[in-house]
Amino acid sequence: MKDKVIAVVTAGLTTPSSSRLLADQLAAAVRDELSGRGIGSRIELIEVRDHAHALTDNLLTGFPSASLREVLDTVAAADALIVVSPTFSASYSGLFKMFFDVLDDKALAGKPVLLAATGGTERHSLVLEFALRPLFAYLKALPVPTAVYAASTDWGPNAVGLRARITQAATELVAALHNETPTQADPFENPTPFEDLLNS
Amino acid sequence: MQFGVFSVGDVTEDPTTGTTVSEGERIKSMVRIAKKAEEVGLDVFAQGEHHNPPFVPSSPTTQLGFVAAQTSKIILSTSTTLITTNDPVKIAEDYAMLQHLADGRVDLMMGRGNTGPVYPWFGQDIRNGIALAVENYALLRRLWREDVVDWEGKFRTPLQGFTSTPRPLDDVPPFVWHGSIRSPEIAEQAAYYGDGFFHNNIFWPMSHTQRMIQLYRQRFEHYGHGAADQAIVGLGGQVFMRKNSQDAVREFRPYFDNAPVYGHGPSLEDFSRETPLTVGSPQEVIERTLSFREQVGDYQRQLFLIDHAGLPLKTVLEQLDILGEEVIPVLRKEFAALKPAHVPDAPTHASLKAAAERARELETIEEPTR
Repeated sequence: MKDKVIAVVTAGLTTPSSSRLLADQLAAAVRDELSGRGIGSRIELIEVRDHAHALTDNLLTGFPSASLREVLDTVAAADALIVVSPTFSASYSGLFKMFFDVLDDKALAGKPVLLAATGGTERHSLVLEFALRPLFAYLKALPVPTAVYAASTDWGPNAVGLRARITQAATELVAALHNETPTQADPFENPTPFEDLLNS
Repeated sequence: MQFGVFSVGDVTEDPTTGTTVSEGERIKSMVRIAKKAEEVGLDVFAQGEHHNPPFVPSSPTTQLGFVAAQTSKIILSTSTTLITTNDPVKIAEDYAMLQHLADGRVDLMMGRGNTGPVYPWFGQDIRNGIALAVENYALLRRLWREDVVDWEGKFRTPLQGFTSTPRPLDDVPPFVWHGSIRSPEIAEQAAYYGDGFFHNNIFWPMSHTQRMIQLYRQRFEHYGHGAADQAIVGLGGQVFMRKNSQDAVREFRPYFDNAPVYGHGPSLEDFSRETPLTVGSPQEVIERTLSFREQVGDYQRQLFLIDHAGLPLKTVLEQLDILGEEVIPVLRKEFAALKPAHVPDAPTHASLKAAAERARELETIEEPTR
């Protein structure tokens, strides 16, 4: 079987960031889960911060730079996605949203997505259900039921609970991977014949 | 190959002086640019059509008619004519009228317009953009080609026994280009009719332009208008020149940094790399423009944007001098030398009239054998 490509989009701002830490643990869990089933994987890690200027430029000019284009293509071509945002003002961060604003709005259709977020306190954890999940539902992605939130305490005293949630979410993502993701028709490959446009 | 300039007609503050010209001054400066374009030996002047500030050219045939009266050689065109929100009946009439006044020096570029709020001002809905472009243009073609039209469609009131007046000059409708940046449907439309396709690539990477042109060429051949490399292609370009490259960059940078569309975004250097924008010496503009041909094949029309972002008229006229003296003569020679004989030039009124006459002669010769 072909290796599964897992794109990891993480929008932490500091280096290192807790979002990146969570992203790495999620990616490792998905990789382990796949290899447990005898499936190889390739992890494509995308730090949104590295593309912050290019994202702003894309919003202003309407097209991505060559390097951002590559990143967007990687995400569009991946078999599944892991997304991690820090929690800002009761939602995902603006930088995180910019990435999905410039991504083609059909790029994620039918794609399994593992939702994750980080924050200072677990009181923000429903950001996953009230902000991230509707966004990815709108993009017609398939978010798996378990979303993973990591607050500061999850890196210490509550690490066991976090670990369990990561494993659960990774298992769900891998299970969802067996579904065929629909491929998008390329309008340049198969243009609508003009007679059809005239008669529609 | 035809070379020209196209103007969007924006009224933008000059960021280096803080001054903004009046609408009247901008309208007159566009006329001055058109006349100067003819003086320096360019082939085409095209202008946009907009119905919202900060743009002035809401009434292109009024302006182009005024220019026609003061010029004798240059082709007057549009960039673009809104085929979605204009009544096709009015387009048919306005541009046939202009054809007569300009002795045939007229063609048009159809476009949809990209601003949602404009559509309802004219009773339309941007969500029907493609459908409007398809239906309205199909009607426009009939109005120019049939003396009496019965017609019914989705978007305007039906026509019964309608004759659009005046009839096109010499019964030859103006040549039409279809302009679209992103929609394969419009490349398909241009190919279906064997019309020209113009890709306004000025704000886009060449890789994207290449895809659109390639699609148009393939479909042009599919519909039997000739080989793919005989399709009629036009491109945009954006240039600013001084004798020394560094002087051009220094002078243009504040306009770039504050320009509508891309201002406050990418650096001039990044944008120059990603798009056809060329700020430098005339030689650099020559080399960059010649490179377009390597990407899209031999093409028929090259229009440059030189008058936006608050650039003063004096500067724009200097740019036209440089284009006319140093750039276009070289490009004409180079492009002509590279173009194979089977690749046609862009149609003009004269060439379309001659083709129509040949077709009529063939018909009369064949008549008795039927």
